[in-house]
Amino acid sequence: MLKTFSIGGIHPEENKLSAGNALKQFKLPADIKEVKIPVAQHIGAPAQPVVAVGDDVRVGQVIAQAGGFVSANIHAPFSGKVKKIEATTGDDGKPAMMITIAIEGDEWVETIDRSAGIKREITLSAEEIVKKIGEMGIVGMGGARFPAQVKLAVKPGQAQALIINGVECEPYLTADHRLMLEKSEEVLIGVKILMKAIGVSEAFIGIENNKKDAIDLLSKLAAGYPGIHVQPLKMKYPQGGEKQLIDACIGRQVASGALPISVGAVVQNVGTAFAVYEAVQKNKPLIERVVCVTGKPLQNPTNFWARIGTPVKALIEAAGGIPEDCEKIIGGGPMMGRAFANIDVPIHKGSSGILLMSKEESKRGEIANCIRCAKCVSVCPMGLEPFLLSKVSAKSLWDMAEENHIADCIECGSCSFTCPSNRPLLDYIRLGKGKVMGIMRARAAAAKAAAEAAKPAEEKK
Amino acid sequence: MNTLTVSPSPHVHSSDSVKRNMYGVVIALLPALAASLWFFGLGALTVLLTSIVSCVLIEFLIQKFVLKVPTTITDGSAAVTGLILAFNLPAGLPLWIVVVGALVAIGIGKMTFGGLGQNIANPAILGRVFLLVSFPAQMTTWPVPGDADGATGATPLGLLKEGGVGALSNLQTSDLLYGNIGGSLGEVAAICLIIGGLFLIFAKIITWHIPVSILATVAIFSGILWGVDPTTYADPMFHILTGGMLLGAFFMATDYVTSPMSHSGMIVYGVGIGLITMLIRTFGAYPEGMSFAILIMNIVTPLINTYCKPKRFGEVVKK
Repeated sequence: MLKTFSIGGIHPEENKLSAGNALKQFKLPADIKEVKIPVAQHIGAPAQPVVAVGDDVRVGQVIAQAGGFVSANIHAPFSGKVKKIEATTGDDGKPAMMITIAIEGDEWVETIDRSAGIKREITLSAEEIVKKIGEMGIVGMGGARFPAQVKLAVKPGQAQALIINGVECEPYLTADHRLMLEKSEEVLIGVKILMKAIGVSEAFIGIENNKKDAIDLLSKLAAGYPGIHVQPLKMKYPQGGEKQLIDACIGRQVASGALPISVGAVVQNVGTAFAVYEAVQKNKPLIERVVCVTGKPLQNPTNFWARIGTPVKALIEAAGGIPEDCEKIIGGGPMMGRAFANIDVPIHKGSSGILLMSKEESKRGEIANCIRCAKCVSVCPMGLEPFLLSKVSAKSLWDMAEENHIADCIECGSCSFTCPSNRPLLDYIRLGKGKVMGIMRARAAAAKAAAEAAKPAEEKK
Repeated sequence: MNTLTVSPSPHVHSSDSVKRNMYGVVIALLPALAASLWFFGLGALTVLLTSIVSCVLIEFLIQKFVLKVPTTITDGSAAVTGLILAFNLPAGLPLWIVVVGALVAIGIGKMTFGGLGQNIANPAILGRVFLLVSFPAQMTTWPVPGDADGATGATPLGLLKEGGVGALSNLQTSDLLYGNIGGSLGEVAAICLIIGGLFLIFAKIITWHIPVSILATVAIFSGILWGVDPTTYADPMFHILTGGMLLGAFFMATDYVTSPMSHSGMIVYGVGIGLITMLIRTFGAYPEGMSFAILIMNIVTPLINTYCKPKRFGEVVKK
C-alpha cells in the first residue's frame, strides 16, 4: 500500500534525466595536480587539522579531527603531500578553511579492506559500531550532513524504529536511486548495522513509487533480512524531509521543536547506510560518494562515484562541460539546493548533486500582488501560513513571526514554488526564521543565566 | 566563462500564475454564458459586453490617470469581475445602469483599497448590491427566457416569497437545471454552473471547502424546515438550484481575495454564508440573500483568518 505524509506537499516535474545511467567511477584527469579538502563538511564545529604542511598523507588517513561533540573527522581522499592549510573562497563565496594535497600516486592506509566481496557478518557490538561510525567521519549523505554518530547515540529502549530515507524527492537527483539499484546488498547490510547500533528490531526503507525498480529489487532482497521493510511511498515533495518521512512511514508526527527520537524514530539516508556498511565492515572512512551531475543544458547527465575533494568543474567537464546557455549551477536539487557563487571548489560529503540550469528554466517570474489564493497554505507541509510569515518578516514583525511558528519552517520551498503571483515567500521567511531563532536562542541563554544567578551561593559550587 | 546567477532556493516554479487562475474562471463560466445567450439572446449579450468592457476600462483609467501605476488589466481579474457582475444582472437592464455597477465594483470595491488582492469585499457583488438597492425596479425586471417580445416574469424565489410553496406547482426541476426560468443572466442554468464549478475544483483553481460547506448548510437548514412543514417551506433541492445559489457558492464566495486562507476557516465562512442566505430567504424581506450573505461573510473574513489557523504538523501527536 502506498503511503505519504499528511499535510500539504507539491508535485514538481521529476526530470530524473540520469535515472537509467549506471554509476561511473570518476578518474581525476592527469592535469589536476592538487585537490582541496574543506575541514567543515558537516553541520557543527569544523574539524581541526592534525597534519602539517609538508606531511605525507595516504588515502584514508585522518587529516582533521572532529572539533566537538557535533562534528566529524575528515580523512584524506587522495595520497600525496600536504601543500597548504589555509582559508580560500568556498562555494558560497565566503572564506572556508581547506587542506590542499598535492597528489602523488594512490597509496591507501593498510587497515582499509579493499577486497571486492560483500561482508555480511556483523561482528562489532552496538557501542563499537557507533564509535566506528564516528571515527570514520560518516555524516548524513542526503545533503544535510549531520554527523551520523550523534543521531545514533540513543539511550537503550528509546528508539523503536529505524527509518531509511530512499525517497530522493528532489527533482533531477538520482544518486540514491542508483545506489539502491547497484549496491542494494551493501545498503541492506548497512541498515542492519544501524538497527543493531540503536537496538531496534524494525526498519522501514521509504522509497517513492517513481523508483519501482528499486522498490522491487530491495523488497526481494529484504526477504533475507528479518525486520527490514521496504515502504513504497506515493510521490510527493518534500517527502524526504525528516518529519514528513516519519509521518509517511510510521504515521507519527514529531512535535514542533522536538527531535525524531521523541516519537521513537531515527532517520538515516540510504547513502549513509552504504557509508556505514563500508565503515563498519570494510574499515573504510567516508572518502567518496555518488554525485549526480545533471541538468537539461548538460550533454551527458551522469551519476559519478567521486572522491571527496574532486573539483566541481572537473565533474561538470566529464559530463559534457558547461554549455553556453547555463545560467545557474546548483549544489543539490532545484528545490532546496544552493546556487554556487564560486564553482572553483571541491565536492564535499553532502554533494548529492550538481545541477546545471538554463536561463529559461531558472528565471524567476515577475512579482505581482498577493491575491490571497491560499495555495501556499494548502501546500505547506508544516501547516504554516507562508503568506503571513513572509509579510510579517518583510515588515520585521518578529513577535508575530514567532507566534505564527516561523521556527517550524523546513525551508522546502513549496510555497514559493506554488505562488501564482511569483512572490518570493521563502526568501522572506528564511530571513525571518533566522532572526526569530536568534531571538529565541538569546532568550533561552538569558533565562538560563538568570536561573543560574538566582541559585543560592552554596549550590553554585 | 559566463557569469552565473546566484539566488536562494527554490530554483524552479510551478508556472502557475494569476492569469491562469483568472482565465480558468472565465473558462468555467463559459457553459453558463452559453446558456444565458441561448435563453436571453441579445439582451444578455449587450449587458455582458458592457459590463466586461467597462470594468476593464475603468480599472485601466484609474491605474493610468488616477493612481499613475503600471496597469494590470491583462491579469484577467477585471474581466472576471465584469463577467460575474453581468451574471448577476437581469438581461435587458439599461446599459447605463450596468456602467454604474461597473464603476462601483471596480472603482469603489477594488481600486480604492489598492487594487487586486487588497479589497475587503467581492467587487462584483458590491456592484450588484449597490444597483439592487439603488434601482430596485430595474434590477428585478426579469425577462422570460426565450421570449423575444420582452415579456417579463418572476424568479422562482420571487414566486415563493409572494405566493408560498403553492405558487411553485408549475415549476419543473428540469427547468431549474437547464435554466428555463426567470432570473439574472448567469444564475439560471444550474447544470452549466455545476459543470463549471467542478472544472474549477479539478483544475485546482478552488478547493471544495467553500462550495460544499455552503450547499450542505443550505440543504440541512432547508431540509429541516421542509421536513417540519412541507406546505410552507420549499424543499432543499429547490433552494440549491435557485437564486444564484450555485453561482454564488462556486464562483463568488470562492473569490480568492475575500475568502479565508485556511481550510477550517473556509468551512466556517461557507457555513456562515449558507445560514445567512437561508435566514434572508426564509424570514427576510428580500426573496434571495446570496449576495448579502457573501458580502457579510467577506467582511468577517479577516476575523476568521485570525482565529481559524491551519492544522500544524505535529500539533496533535498521533499515538
